[in-house]
Amino acid sequence: MLGLRSVAVRRALSRSYASAAAPHALVFLEHTRGVIEPSSLSALSAAQKLGGQVTGLVVGAPGDVEKAVGQAKKLPGLTSVWHASSSQYANIVPEVVSPLLGKLLSDAHPSFTHVVSAHSASARSILPRVAAQLDAPAISDITSLEHNAEANSTTFERPIYAGNAVATVRAPASVPLKFFTVRPTAFTAAAPDEGYEAAVQAVDPVEVTDSPAQHVQYNLTKSDRPDLATASRVVSGGRALKNAETFAATMYPLADVLGAAVGASRAAVDAGYADNSLQVGQTGKVVAPELYMAVGISGAIQHLAGMKDSKLIVAINKDPDAPIFQVADAGLVADLYQAVPELIEKLKK
Amino acid sequence: MRPSPIRLLNILVPVKRAVDYAVKIRVNPQQTGIDTNVKHSMNPFDEIAVEEAVRLRERLKEKVTGITAVTIGPAKASETLRTALALGADQAIHVETQADAPAPEPLGIAKALQKVVERINGGSGQKEPVDLVILGKQAIDDDAGQTGQMLAGLLNWAQATYASKIEVDTEAREATVVREIDGGTEELRCRLPLIVTTDLRLNEPRYASLQNIMKAKKKPMQKLSPADLGVDLAPRIETVKVSEPPKRMGGQKVADVDELVARLREAGITGVA
Repeated sequence: MLGLRSVAVRRALSRSYASAAAPHALVFLEHTRGVIEPSSLSALSAAQKLGGQVTGLVVGAPGDVEKAVGQAKKLPGLTSVWHASSSQYANIVPEVVSPLLGKLLSDAHPSFTHVVSAHSASARSILPRVAAQLDAPAISDITSLEHNAEANSTTFERPIYAGNAVATVRAPASVPLKFFTVRPTAFTAAAPDEGYEAAVQAVDPVEVTDSPAQHVQYNLTKSDRPDLATASRVVSGGRALKNAETFAATMYPLADVLGAAVGASRAAVDAGYADNSLQVGQTGKVVAPELYMAVGISGAIQHLAGMKDSKLIVAINKDPDAPIFQVADAGLVADLYQAVPELIEKLKK
Repeated sequence: MRPSPIRLLNILVPVKRAVDYAVKIRVNPQQTGIDTNVKHSMNPFDEIAVEEAVRLRERLKEKVTGITAVTIGPAKASETLRTALALGADQAIHVETQADAPAPEPLGIAKALQKVVERINGGSGQKEPVDLVILGKQAIDDDAGQTGQMLAGLLNWAQATYASKIEVDTEAREATVVREIDGGTEELRCRLPLIVTTDLRLNEPRYASLQNIMKAKKKPMQKLSPADLGVDLAPRIETVKVSEPPKRMGGQKVADVDELVARLREAGITGVA
C-alpha cells in the first residue's frame, strides 16, 4: 500500500518535471508609435537567457502595430510575434490592456512559464496588476537571471535598498508563471537580423468598454538630445547649478559637446532647474552609460543608486568631501562655473 | 446604495515601516538580510500618501468622511501608524505579523489590503465604503513598486501610478490624476473607486506638531492578525541570499581640467561638436 503510493507520487513528480522542462516566455514589447523601445530589446535579451521559446507581444493602435511587428519579426531572439491591434490600445492604460494579457496567459497552450517586460513606467504599472489577477508574485528590476530547467526554478538578482544590497531570489516550480521586469542597463539590447523571420500571429483584442481609467493627454518633454535611459554619455547637474537658467546655460553646452543626454539630481529637479523626467536615482531613472559626468552633485545614496553602474564616472564639485568623489574615477575639485566652460573649450579642440 | 445624496470620500492609506532613508545599510554576515538594528521610519512615499489624504480633506472639507491608515507588519510598525495619526489620519488598523516572520511579498500585502477594504466596505458600522486608496509608489527597502497595482488588480479598480497631482470630484465620482512617466507626464481621468500610488512630486509632507503627536495617542487603533483577514503572508519567492554590491574602485582625483580631459581621452571620450 505504502509502496504503491510512493510509486504513484514519483510518477506524478517525474511527469511534472518532464512537462516543465521547456520555458516559454512572453515578452511585452513596448513601442512608441511603432518604434520598439530599446528597453524592451534589453528585456528580450533577458528572456532569451531562460533558454526556451520566446514570444513577443505587441499591442497598440492599427498602423503602429504593423510597424512594430515589422521590426520585431527581425529579432532572432523571438520565436514568434503576437500582435493585437485596436484603437483602444492607442494610449495604453493598464485597465484596458490587462484583460488581454490575462486572457493570453490563461488560454495559451502550451502555457507560458514567464512574463517579461522592461522595468519601464508603463510596463511596471501593468505587469503587477495582471500578476495579482493570476495569483502570481512578481519580481522587479532584475539585473541577472539563471533558469534551472530541471527544477523549473528561476533565480534572479535584483538590487534592494537603493542598490546598497543585492538580493538573490528564486522563483521555485511552485510558482508556475513567473513575472519579472528587467533593468534595461543590465542587459544588452537584442539586435535585429535582416535575414531572420519570426512567426507572426494576430491575436484578438479583448474589448474593454467603459474603462474606469481613461487617457486624457501626454505632456512629453521634447529634446533633440539622446534619451537619458539609453544614452552612452550622460551629464548630470545638481543643486549647485543655482537656477533653471544657469542649469541650461552650463549643462546644455556640455551635453552638446559630448553628444550626451542631460540628467539631474533630485535637488535640481525639486528646485525646478530641470524637468522631473530627467531625474537620475532610486526614484528616477537608472542609467549606466559609458560616461557619467556629475556636475555640482554631492552624491546622496539615492542618487548613486541611479548611476553607480556607469563605466566612467566623472565628478566636478567644489566640496572635496562630497560623497560623489568616493565613486568617481576622475574627480575634479573646482568651481563648476570655471571648470565646465574650460572643459567645453578643451573638448572642442 | 449610499445612505445620503452627498457624495463623500473615504480614504485608506497603507503605510510601511522601513529603514530610514538616510541610513547607510549593512548586509549581515550570514548574508540573509541587512542589519535592521538601525533607525526606522515611515517609508517616504507613504508620508506623501498620508499628506495627500490630509490635503484632500483640507480641500474637500467634510466631503472626506475619514482617513484610515493601515499597516501590515510586526509590533513596532504601530509606531508608524501613530506617525500617520499624528499627520492627520483619523484611525488606524494594524495587521500584526510575527516579529520573526519573513517579510511578506507585495502580493501578500495586496491580498491583506484587499481584505481590509472588503471588511470596511462590507461592515455594518461603517457608513461609507473606502473609495480611494493612496499608497507610496514603492517602499525604499525592497524597491519592488508592485503593491498598488496588485491591489488594483485584485479589487479590479482603476489605478493611477506615480501620481504627481490628484484632483477629486466627489460629485462626478471621478479623479483627474497627472502621473510621472518616462519622458514626461500623462493625465488620466479615473472613476472612483481608485488606487493611487504617489510620486515624490505629489507634495511635501508636513511635520507632525507635538500637539498632534499627543492627540494621535488617543486615536483609535484596531489590531488584526493575518488570520483574522484569512490571508497567508508566507512568501512564495525564496530569498537565497543578500549580498554587498560590487565595490567601485573610485576615489581618484585629478588636479585640473587638462588632466580631466586627458583622462577622458584615455577612455576614448572626445568632443563630438
